[in-house]
Amino acid sequence: MTDTALHPSAFEAHGDHGHGHADHDAHHTPGFFARWFMSTNHKDIGTLYLIFAIVAGIIGGSISGLMRAELAHPGIQYLTLWAAYLPGGEQGLDHSLHLWNVLITAHGLIMVFFMVMPAMIGGFGNWFVPIMIGAPDMAFPRMNNISFWLLIPSFTLLLASPFFGGAGTGWTLYAPLSTYWEPGPSVDMAILSLHLAGASSILGAINFITTIFNMRAPGMTLHKMPLFVWSVLVTAFLLLLSLPVLAAAITMLLTDRNFGTTFFDPAGGGDPILYQHLFWFFGHPEVYIMILPGFGIVSHVISTFSKKPIFGYLGMAYAMVAIGVVGFVVWAHHMFTTGLSVNTKMYFTAATMVIAVPTGIKIFSWIATMWGGSLSFKTPMLWAIGFIFMFTVGGVTGVVLANGGIDDYMQDSYYVVAHFHYVLSLGAVFSLFAGFYYWFPKMSGRMYNEVLGQIHYWIFFVGVNMLFFPMHFLGLQNMQRRVPDYTDALEYWNHFATIGYMVMAFSMIFFFVNIVWSLFAGKPAGDSPWGEGATTLEWTLSSPPPYHQFETLPVIDGGDGHH
Amino acid sequence: MRIMRLKSILLAVGLALAGPAAVSAQIVPPTASQTTPATPIVPTKADPMLALDGAPLMLPTAGVGMPVDGKVTIQPQVTPNGRRALWFHNVVLFPLITVICVFVLALLVWVVLRYHRAANPVPSKTAHNTVIEVLWTALPVLILACIALPSIGLLQAQFKPAPDNAVTLKAIGNQWYWSYQYPDNGGFEITANMLKEKDQVGKGERARTDADGPRLLATDNRVVLPYGVPIRLITTSNDVIHSWAIPAFWIKLDAVPGRLNETSFTIEKPGVYYGVCSELCGARHGYMPITVEAVPPAVFAQWVKAKGGTMPTGKPAAAAAAQPLPETGAAFEAGNSTAPAENATAQAPTVTQGATGNPAGAGNVGQ
Repeated sequence: MTDTALHPSAFEAHGDHGHGHADHDAHHTPGFFARWFMSTNHKDIGTLYLIFAIVAGIIGGSISGLMRAELAHPGIQYLTLWAAYLPGGEQGLDHSLHLWNVLITAHGLIMVFFMVMPAMIGGFGNWFVPIMIGAPDMAFPRMNNISFWLLIPSFTLLLASPFFGGAGTGWTLYAPLSTYWEPGPSVDMAILSLHLAGASSILGAINFITTIFNMRAPGMTLHKMPLFVWSVLVTAFLLLLSLPVLAAAITMLLTDRNFGTTFFDPAGGGDPILYQHLFWFFGHPEVYIMILPGFGIVSHVISTFSKKPIFGYLGMAYAMVAIGVVGFVVWAHHMFTTGLSVNTKMYFTAATMVIAVPTGIKIFSWIATMWGGSLSFKTPMLWAIGFIFMFTVGGVTGVVLANGGIDDYMQDSYYVVAHFHYVLSLGAVFSLFAGFYYWFPKMSGRMYNEVLGQIHYWIFFVGVNMLFFPMHFLGLQNMQRRVPDYTDALEYWNHFATIGYMVMAFSMIFFFVNIVWSLFAGKPAGDSPWGEGATTLEWTLSSPPPYHQFETLPVIDGGDGHH
Repeated sequence: MRIMRLKSILLAVGLALAGPAAVSAQIVPPTASQTTPATPIVPTKADPMLALDGAPLMLPTAGVGMPVDGKVTIQPQVTPNGRRALWFHNVVLFPLITVICVFVLALLVWVVLRYHRAANPVPSKTAHNTVIEVLWTALPVLILACIALPSIGLLQAQFKPAPDNAVTLKAIGNQWYWSYQYPDNGGFEITANMLKEKDQVGKGERARTDADGPRLLATDNRVVLPYGVPIRLITTSNDVIHSWAIPAFWIKLDAVPGRLNETSFTIEKPGVYYGVCSELCGARHGYMPITVEAVPPAVFAQWVKAKGGTMPTGKPAAAAAAQPLPETGAAFEAGNSTAPAENATAQAPTVTQGATGNPAGAGNVGQ
């Protein structure tokens, strides 16, 4: 990663070899229930997070399958049928159409709060941040445990809400649709679900910040930290500063709904736009929360498979800091059509475009890292290269949307849907797959199947591009978001996108077969399956790492990490 | 294209009377509907926009103001700001983002081919190059500055307030239909519901025809606006947030309860333009379209009168518009006898049910 030279001799706790240590560890390995349900071990909690994220991803991805099925042709094909399976009195058209809004809401919330965030921060962050900084565990292991277990009731509340009418407000929960026009307990359940998920993330963020600031191994200065740790550090600050604002906003929703307050009701002196300001003050940093750890993962993968240290390490680290800082002052570009004043729109146009600069630095630095390298195209590297290009495509449409005057056309159209799926479904998700294939040998001790991995990549790549690229066209032809039916002239690209979904879904078969096969029959990975390019501390440990690593702290070479 | 065949007879009459009218938009002067006064079904209060059977006289032009299947570009623009924004997108932004994507792709392809492990077994150790790092920071800044200038200019143009003589249209969002007021024109109100398909309507209810427009985009009552005259659009809502949008005008403005949002635009060409509610507003969010019919100012004045409204006096543009056409018949004058509020919806010659069956029924008076 950074071209920090490590003293191999420093790793006395080096799992595989010190048998005394291994026995010692084994002695302390708790039984099944205590290990997985009362876990305080960062690696086990990371594994729990990853399993949770995969389950949530399957659910959220299946919901998008339902949506693409309905959208394959104009008219309502399946909604009425599905709505009949849900409780809720009369089964009229409105009931079916409401189900659509429940589906889009659930898809958004699940993918954001229960798939990407748990996988990136809870999963990979928990697994590798302590190891990469040479720490034995997270700073607050018990708090780590509660961070994970808060997600279970949170997810349960969200998944149960459709059976109480369903929250059809969109993931943004805009007032007053979410206050007075969605009766029943469902929206309250969704709000409470977000409260719990938010509390979980705030606790996790505190844990990461404390760990990274206080538990770095001797010699591991901030400027020698691997970029993934930097990315999680910035992400943790974004979480810590933005989630309380979301908590405040949805608490006000809750009291508007149930206790007669009028924070967002103009009839009582409130303002619906206030909710949007609060939501997006959280919501925009949230999109960087979802992508920054991905930046970190991609940096590691690119560096490893290029056999080169990352190009412009400091620039890369501070580009992430800059993205995090500027990410807090651009929120109203989500609200360009709400009636902002001209000066406000000008400011948010300019501020938003500023973010393209540090993002450009990252893109070019990744390419420069590969430049002059000795590249091998293992599955993680394919995902990382795919990430660079797809994130660029999603990024440039973001520059288009940043223009307040242009956004008046695109706002709330499928162009926006295409944009944020390119940065998330082809950005964040590509980086998640890159990280998963990259660290699977380390986490499981077994190699994944390279052929299945490459097949998965290529089919997924074709599928998601077929799925999301036509959405630009639909948006430019003015298909609005969040509708189950569209005028007949939008059928061609909608049908095309649905075929793309099926291609993408087909590729996932290879992923799941690969996981199951590799967990049971994969070749043993060895300590460092990726060879000399992999320079971070996790590759100095056994695969999987010992139950407790670094009982004696490693010492990082005092040389300048970034000359 | 099917749209063209329908109402061809009426159209022929209309065109014959109108002479060299704007063929592209098939403007039919209101007199067309007045040529058969003896017919028993002739409405007592005629709407110059409607044929005898209640269907609209102005037919949409295929490909204008609506999506076209398989197309990948922005809809044609018919307002000055729309054309300006379209130019900015098509000439500045789109080529630029394409070049950036192709550039990044080319770099990636080059790196993949040139620095493949087989082609370059020994990796370099370069991890810094100050010059190039400064370059790839400074160049994007310059490029963004080049984008920002026209972008700011566009915003200024879009926020230029409407002149005093502008026609004011107040669009009010409701679950799930739009109601419209013309505060400068006597404050009458019309309600626009989506037209349902033939197999979805009850007996006697009006179903959508191709003359009305595409499925899910056509409304029972169109928003009639004069072209060539600045329009002041004010939006608000009676319940949740909606968003009033016509892509062909490059206009999208949220309708927020408790707020009046304002923008302005000038339609340059006659025609029928379609838009959709663009903010999630509940179950039938996808079923509250917006249809604007842009007509000559004189026809607009007639329509306002037929709706029981008045044209403001003393304003230059309005004066021209208010000047009655020679064809303006007694039928229009008769239409003014009732109070404006009642006229609002009672005047539609054909009984049209609220296409969406709004539970509250607010705004659907007279249907």
